[in-house]
Amino acid sequence: MAGAELTGQATIAGPWRLALRRLRRNRVALAAGASFAVLVAICTVGAPIWVALVAHHGPEYENLSGSISDGGRVVPVVADDGTPIGPGWRGAYLLGADANGRDLLVRVLYGGRTSLVIGLGSAALCLTLALSLALLAGYRRGITDTVIARGLDLIWSFPVYLLAVAIATVLAVNGVHLGPIEIPSDSTLIPIVVIAVVYVPYAARPLRGEVLALREREFVEAAIAHGAGAWRTMTRELLPNVLNTALVLLALIVANNILTEAALSYLGVGVALTTPSWGNIIEAGASSIVTAPMLTIAPGVMIVVAAVSLNVLGDGLRDALDPHGVVRVDR
Amino acid sequence: MIRFVVRRLAGLVLVLFAVSLAVFALFNVIPGGDPALRLAGRHPTQQNIAQIRHDWGFDRPLPVQYLDMMDHLVIRRDIISYQDQTPVMPTIETGVPRTLSLAVGAAILWLVFGVTIGVLSGLNAGRWLDRVLTVVALTGISIPIFWLGMVLLYLFTYRYRDVGVFSWIPIGGYASWSDPIEWAKHLIVPWCVLAVVSIGFYARVVRASLLDARGADHVRTARAMGLSRSRVLFRHALRTSLIPVVTLFGLDFGATVGGTVILIEKVFGIGGVGQYAQESVAHLDLPPLMAITLYGAAIVVVANAAVDIAYAWLDPRIRVA
Repeated sequence: MAGAELTGQATIAGPWRLALRRLRRNRVALAAGASFAVLVAICTVGAPIWVALVAHHGPEYENLSGSISDGGRVVPVVADDGTPIGPGWRGAYLLGADANGRDLLVRVLYGGRTSLVIGLGSAALCLTLALSLALLAGYRRGITDTVIARGLDLIWSFPVYLLAVAIATVLAVNGVHLGPIEIPSDSTLIPIVVIAVVYVPYAARPLRGEVLALREREFVEAAIAHGAGAWRTMTRELLPNVLNTALVLLALIVANNILTEAALSYLGVGVALTTPSWGNIIEAGASSIVTAPMLTIAPGVMIVVAAVSLNVLGDGLRDALDPHGVVRVDR
Repeated sequence: MIRFVVRRLAGLVLVLFAVSLAVFALFNVIPGGDPALRLAGRHPTQQNIAQIRHDWGFDRPLPVQYLDMMDHLVIRRDIISYQDQTPVMPTIETGVPRTLSLAVGAAILWLVFGVTIGVLSGLNAGRWLDRVLTVVALTGISIPIFWLGMVLLYLFTYRYRDVGVFSWIPIGGYASWSDPIEWAKHLIVPWCVLAVVSIGFYARVVRASLLDARGADHVRTARAMGLSRSRVLFRHALRTSLIPVVTLFGLDFGATVGGTVILIEKVFGIGGVGQYAQESVAHLDLPPLMAITLYGAAIVVVANAAVDIAYAWLDPRIRVA
């Protein structure tokens, strides 16, 4: 970069590059992004490595009657009164075991996969729906816009958690049977779809506002005058101009959705109990918080770390991408 | 003004109608399969199913089913839970004071602390206090509140029970209004936990809008006229920057009463409407959930209309829009 300036070459930094430069100077946001990346890495790549090299058992391996040596003593994994072993410096059961003698750390790592897949998957689905609706409403305007806006208002009028719980419960009874679509009631797709749908208005409303404003601008009129069709106008003219907002929303919505997955699983209508997820592990450990607090604390800390890093990153992204901000001199 | 109120109330009726249609669609039309089997809950008996078929008339046309459902839910208010044959509406009504106690207390906390933190943050924008408060606010919105409640309950009532400060905190439950001290003792921890998320959120909103307001023309004029800093802040800048808080509060209070309390009431065993919803969810018992969803959404819609009308009264420009 410096070289380009010295030779006097006119390099034009695009808005994305300028945003990247601003983001790179925001150390807190960078650290947050890095910590989320590390979290994803240890749950996806780290989990099987930990199992293969250190723990030697998977997330479903139950060990009700076994014992391990802990600091020279032989200790049962689950004591006679049902109390599981607590955390300690050892390879297997580093964070202790749960009531079925399963390795808590391994379960938290594998549960993180489920929670992250649901958080990322539902956020992607949510934003895709929100962007499509916003582009359609903003481009067509008139009656299409009215219908979409009222539909969003309707979802908006339900309290989020109550709506999510209601939809999830209705679907939990016997899954989804809509024509060719068959989703069994214990599928991970159900929480993904439920969480995505209830947050669509939160993403679609600001996006629609922006698209409506952009639609009035000269460059859109020019594109249409040049003969650009609906698809081209939406994807080439309107979409790139709302992507910055969408990117900020993405970080915030992933954080939010990870929290919502935990809440739904805690209420028993999230991820099926057979699959570990952060919310499920908390729910399963809730009754024994007095004897084995780590079962509640460990997955909760993972959720907080994931959500804090995404929220801080989102905040940094907003500062970096802020399209309405006063033009800043970039050094 | 009257025209605005009439128009807004007409809109309210329309939205309520749409909400009721959505609840009907959600519970009776969308899922497919035998609706009677779904309403019967986790362990249906033949007798229950026959009774549900009789009560709800699933073989009739959809509009008739819709009218019938609304008749049961709103006019006759006689729907029953098929788990144990208990009427739904009286159970909801006994839960309302508990849920409201929880929500109102939490709302006071989050307004006071959210605005205070937001103002401190906004006045010190860019300085270290602002950065610390920003991280605190972002952490607040990143904590699963039910988890925070469980951990605090564990710490206060078990782990550090012996520490004198915490010894008076009850393990959960609810005490009636008639003994205000016990009432507050039971609710203080739930209030704080429920408020945490919103404090973070409100602080961010107040900070942003205070920063906007500080650059506004009327604030500059006030300063140019030689008013003291504190007078400019409290009488002029803060006043305009609290407007978005009013809007947010209208939305959030309804959403809290209708939604977030489900989690907190389960953790603390408060026994309000939220816990009733949560227990119905656990039994896959749909009739109570149906009623709570409908009334919960109705509360949010009415609260929004009330905020809009209050707004129009405060700010005449809105009446035209």
